[in-house]
Amino acid sequence: MTYDVLIVGAGPAGMSAAVQLSRLGLAVVVVDEQPAPGGQIWRGVERNKSGPLSQALGEDYRKGLSLVETFRASPAEYMPETQVWHIEEGWSVFLTSGGRARRVCARVLLFATGAQERPVPFPGWTLPGVMTVGAAQILLKSGGMLPQGRVWIAGAGPLPLLYATQALDLRGQLSGYLDTSGRPGLAALQKLPGAWRDLAGLAKGAGWLRALRRKIEFVRDVKDLRAEGEGRLQHIEWSTQGRRRRVEADVLLVHQGVVPRIHETLALGCAHDWRADQGYFAPRLDRWGETSRPGLFVAGDAGGIGGWSAAMVSGEIVALAIAARLGKGGDVEELRRQARLDDRLAKALALRPLLDALYPPPRERLADETIVCRCEDVTAGTIRAATRTSVPDPNAVKAATRCGMGPCQGRQCGYTVQALLAEVHGVPAGSVAFFNIRPPLKPITLSEIASLEDMETAG
Amino acid sequence: MNADVLVIGGGLHGLSAALQSARRGASVILVERHFLGRHASGATAAGVRTLGRHAAELPLSLEAAGDWHKMGDLVGDDCGFVACGQLQVAEDEVAFSAVKARVERLQAKGLSHERIVRSDELRTLVPDLAPHCLGGSWAVGDGSADPHRTIRAFRDAAVAAGVHIKEECKVTALTWRAQVWRAETSQGSIEAKVIVNAGGAWAAEVAALAGDPLDHAIRTSMMVVTERTAARIGPVVSSFGRKLSFKQTAQGTLLIGGGSQGRLAADRQSATVDVLALASSVRSAVRLFPKVGGMRIVRAWAGMEAMTADHLPVIGFSRRVEGLVHAFGFSGHGFQLVPSVGRVLADLVCEGHTKHDLAAFDINRVAAERAAA
Amino acid sequence: MFKSVLEGSAAAPDMMVMVNGVETPAWNGETVASILLRVPNVGRTSPVSGKPRLPYCQMGVCFDCLAVVDGIASTQGCLVAVRPGMRIDIQRGPREIAR
Repeated sequence: MTYDVLIVGAGPAGMSAAVQLSRLGLAVVVVDEQPAPGGQIWRGVERNKSGPLSQALGEDYRKGLSLVETFRASPAEYMPETQVWHIEEGWSVFLTSGGRARRVCARVLLFATGAQERPVPFPGWTLPGVMTVGAAQILLKSGGMLPQGRVWIAGAGPLPLLYATQALDLRGQLSGYLDTSGRPGLAALQKLPGAWRDLAGLAKGAGWLRALRRKIEFVRDVKDLRAEGEGRLQHIEWSTQGRRRRVEADVLLVHQGVVPRIHETLALGCAHDWRADQGYFAPRLDRWGETSRPGLFVAGDAGGIGGWSAAMVSGEIVALAIAARLGKGGDVEELRRQARLDDRLAKALALRPLLDALYPPPRERLADETIVCRCEDVTAGTIRAATRTSVPDPNAVKAATRCGMGPCQGRQCGYTVQALLAEVHGVPAGSVAFFNIRPPLKPITLSEIASLEDMETAG
Repeated sequence: MNADVLVIGGGLHGLSAALQSARRGASVILVERHFLGRHASGATAAGVRTLGRHAAELPLSLEAAGDWHKMGDLVGDDCGFVACGQLQVAEDEVAFSAVKARVERLQAKGLSHERIVRSDELRTLVPDLAPHCLGGSWAVGDGSADPHRTIRAFRDAAVAAGVHIKEECKVTALTWRAQVWRAETSQGSIEAKVIVNAGGAWAAEVAALAGDPLDHAIRTSMMVVTERTAARIGPVVSSFGRKLSFKQTAQGTLLIGGGSQGRLAADRQSATVDVLALASSVRSAVRLFPKVGGMRIVRAWAGMEAMTADHLPVIGFSRRVEGLVHAFGFSGHGFQLVPSVGRVLADLVCEGHTKHDLAAFDINRVAAERAAA
Repeated sequence: MFKSVLEGSAAAPDMMVMVNGVETPAWNGETVASILLRVPNVGRTSPVSGKPRLPYCQMGVCFDCLAVVDGIASTQGCLVAVRPGMRIDIQRGPREIAR
């Protein structure tokens, strides 16, 4: 069947767009990898509406429930536990769920695929026991899981502060917090005046920080982090103010910010721009969220990191534009003004410049022995060596080293390879491209793709 | 800059020609628009196959087969070549008759690189093969290599032989004056006595710059590679009459190709995967190897290469322009020929002639009318 | 390495799953990846280096949570919610071809 709009992702942006579009009578389908709506931010929000987790996860988390309920009640079709593995002009979207592949068609596509945590390689990051803060928080939201033993958090940004607060509220054990952000510089201070538009947000972050420093060991200015152990994490080591420290550890949770999910828009050849301040590529969008390819839209963090409330507003903005494109809108500029969408977006984004300045992407030099490609076990040293005899193109490095050839398709190593190429060739990171993204976007089986022929001939 | 020879195109044929010309004392510059092996040479399944070769290609192919078995002598590395054999399976009686007829014709000429195998021997060679396969042809000396390792080995050998390689260097104009070519490129001008057009899918663009217009189609053969699994399938397997080639690589991944075509962009500069066409190749593979159906696809791609109407390459001097040698149009099966074709091209650029009969590869097959001035 | 805040409370587990043939309690909303982190020695090993790995990202982008789920190899454990009676088997090194 052909839908008017296919939305990928049932987080804040995808749900909010789906609600608006289906209200206008458009045939909308929302495809999502997860078993329940909410995205990563509101993962498990329905099952946690009562019970011991609800209070600890905080007010922003509980706010997700009303959108999830509105989305569930809307006529939009919802396909959970479904992955998009290929898209062709037209638009033909190839899906898989429960081990079965199929194709659906849509007049307009909206990617509301959100973000992923920035992979931050360091020696020992592949050891069992090392994982991301976001991963630990997802475990908390989806199964009430808390890490056990000597648990350390290392990184920078609001998420580790929030997670540490949540874990302590639930009487989780934390041994210490290693803050890898430097002291706030002038750049950050200059962003303060703008941030006052979100006073509550600012106060919340400061509150988390104060409470944490009272409760657990808080180490500032952490550099040169290492994880060590035989078969699993046993020790971590770091430097601070010129001194090296080593402690026993069972779990190390790391975080260095989040980056947009861009594999889909890259695969489709949409134009992307380099955001030097945050060190990521984002699809180039017009003020309605449309990419360089007509009929292909992006909303929420997938178009640049803005957080959940900005994602909801951008979902509404994109919905207006899509409805107009499909002949269901009125005067979109007027509707945009009436709903005060730009004002709400500005407020939702008020803290962003300060956060970006406080937590710039890490720029430490990677030790040669660090694994960069988790799938193919390729080290920084191997990539540097290949880079010296090649042009600064990640695809040449991929061919030479197999880095990026595994099942994650460069999702873990892409930005690291880019940074290493820039380092060796002495060029700005943004001048180096990302890997070419090849289908399938997710590793489906040979049988699934073989079955497509049957399906097509059967009509 | 100037040199005796300017090779345009940094695929394997360009690299091999550059290497072997430099070994004979020529000064050689090789220019590549992107990076070495960016297109067909990096997108290939890297089959080293004499099996099923067109009669006109056989002499070059048999010579190359000898080179592959001692590749270390040519480039100082085995290029990941494994003589695992190639097997062409017949899935029905019609196919088996055709395969048998071909092998009989070869034997009548005294050629023994292929031999017929019956059903029982088929199972010994490849135990996982589906029961409906009747037999096939077996080329024990054939095998496969690692394309990226091959590119690096030819590059390193070429550099060691004195070839000057310039990547990200696009040729924008070619002029012939006073017995010298002058190439304008994105990295300055280059002068050379002879140009080798190894431009692959872009061979017609290079030829047009040189004033020798020609027409060729572009093949966009698709490949699929899976996740790793334990080593299990030795030979490279194809199926007579079907678009399928199947092998397990040294890494344990399964590589499926065989000629299903992707989509060529309207400007002929890029190609993308056509999933439904790919599904048909994959289906053939799963029919041949029912056990592999649960293996996961990690990546699919479409490579680009020049293709002629008779699927034979163009190798030899231009008939309209002095100092121009063509080597393109390998039509999806040029990888194995890299060592021998490079030797022929070195013959042509260094000595002006070769002992090989190049009649079947004549440029006139693809010549286009010159545009009216 | 991880433990549910609900574990040890009076409430019975929501379901039982089979992990490498051993009956194991599980909770609604949990994913296969969370089981791999709770139950000792069931993580995968890298098919390249043979070194042990455990789930890293929980959001479908690292592929270190691969497991054999109800007989299907290389299933991304973080994207699959547990179901009563589900069979979860460890995937060590390169996967078996026919699973």
